[in-house]
Amino acid sequence: MSDVASNTPLANQDGEDTVWVQELSLIDSVPRSIAMIFVFVVFVGTWQLVTALEMVSPIILPTPWETLMDMLFVGKNLLTGGYMLGALWITIQEVILGFALAIAIGFSLGILVGETAFGEKAVMPYLVAIDTMPKVAFAPLFVAWLGFGIESKVALAAFIATFPIVVGTAAGLHSADENARMLFKTMGATRLQTLFKMKLPSGLPQIFTGLKIGAVGVMAGAITGEFLGGGKGFGELIRVAASQLNTPRVFSLILYLSLVGLVVYLLVMYAQRKIVFWHEERVGAHD
Amino acid sequence: MNTAVALDKTGSPLSEPVYELSNVSKTYARNLVVALEDVSLTLRKGSFTSVIGSSGCGKSTLLKIMAGLIPPSQGRVTLQGQPVTGTRRDIGMMFQQATLFPWKTAVENIVLPIEIRDGKAAATKALGKAHELLEIVGLKGFEDVYPNELSGGMAQRASICRMLITEPAVLLLDEPFSALDELSRDMMNMELQRICREQDATAFLVTHSIQEAVILSDEIVVMKPRPGRVAEVVKVDLPRPRTLDMMTTPKFGEIVDYIRGMLDKGEDL
Repeated sequence: MSDVASNTPLANQDGEDTVWVQELSLIDSVPRSIAMIFVFVVFVGTWQLVTALEMVSPIILPTPWETLMDMLFVGKNLLTGGYMLGALWITIQEVILGFALAIAIGFSLGILVGETAFGEKAVMPYLVAIDTMPKVAFAPLFVAWLGFGIESKVALAAFIATFPIVVGTAAGLHSADENARMLFKTMGATRLQTLFKMKLPSGLPQIFTGLKIGAVGVMAGAITGEFLGGGKGFGELIRVAASQLNTPRVFSLILYLSLVGLVVYLLVMYAQRKIVFWHEERVGAHD
Repeated sequence: MNTAVALDKTGSPLSEPVYELSNVSKTYARNLVVALEDVSLTLRKGSFTSVIGSSGCGKSTLLKIMAGLIPPSQGRVTLQGQPVTGTRRDIGMMFQQATLFPWKTAVENIVLPIEIRDGKAAATKALGKAHELLEIVGLKGFEDVYPNELSGGMAQRASICRMLITEPAVLLLDEPFSALDELSRDMMNMELQRICREQDATAFLVTHSIQEAVILSDEIVVMKPRPGRVAEVVKVDLPRPRTLDMMTTPKFGEIVDYIRGMLDKGEDL
């Protein structure tokens, strides 16, 4: 009843502005930085609690402190140009070459499949068939074909990252709207002009979605390749540390590796912002 | 043949025909639907013709044939004495959506038809003309703005410029302002009239709005569905230039009522 009373305009309230109370729940109104720190503290706190109470063996899960100490050690080795830096460089090379190869092949196949009836009818079914296979299982074949060097890892990384780029490119080419196609027809555009001046630019948002999924896959491919095919990369360091039950080392190596993956992903995002400047991507619910 | 609103030809001499369709029919082979039956039309230089009819009356098929996007099954289609056997640079077209490309600025969008037909160098040369056109439609200062920053009406103004840049002999307008709100729509229609008069353009408009057809046109082609055919060609004898005030005159109301009556009859079939 008090609501109703306050809603009726009263003579002594004249001159007051109409003020609305923002209905934003507490959890949505927390600033981003505080929210992120909060989640981090809860995560590390739980981790600390679990290890301090020895609920799991230290061989399975090191304490946060041990992990941090090891990260400092690995970081020092990387910064001073130690053997780990060499290993990381090998993995980075695999990621860059694998991604470049995936982009070249994925983009070409995507155009073939998305633009030509032949590609859609005759090539796409095979691509779908290959895509459903567990691609990691091809690792031994790549080792057999390309040896224990960087080549077999590049091949596996590219193999995994190619498919999302094909799908993204093909979907992008199909996304151009009917009016735009008709307009290009009335302007007498050739097929190539329609492709390069209209369909490809229209499809860039989807193409970049494919690139981002590919960027995640390329790192997984490189590391899997190193696990299964040896070599001198970062994956090999992880494998060796794990076989020595050096769990803190495994943890810190993974964390450094995730930084590399993050950089690749951010580079793709940055390129997307610059190239597809007209297309705003919504990520969060409150953006 | 126009009874209630028998509006005789004025004394002015008829200008030369620009676009001629004679006995044009279109049958879609796949489902044996007769979309158009025996349509004959003449668009004269500088005239404004509208086509109106309920959905399924073959308006869009007619427009696509006239644009050279699809071939007729029968009949002759000639623009400036040449048979239309495909899309041509002397045909300008505009759609319900502005269809500007977001990665190009307003002025780059406008010279796109030149870029497609004659290459980048020719497009660069046409930039000056694009600026003039933008000034004509009241978009001076928006040359280097991307379409995202233009309102719906502004985007349609830019697409008018894109249509005009190749100096087409005929303008085909497919419900160009039907996505706009009514106020902008009236304003854009007056703009369209002004531009057509300035350029002495021959225009052909597809519309759902009787008022819009009457206020803009010299002739209104009323079509009926199943099969799509011309029911009657109504001449609009209101003086030029037309103004929005004319929409309240008895004569305007008379013509609107006459056309509405004809379309209602069509619905009963």
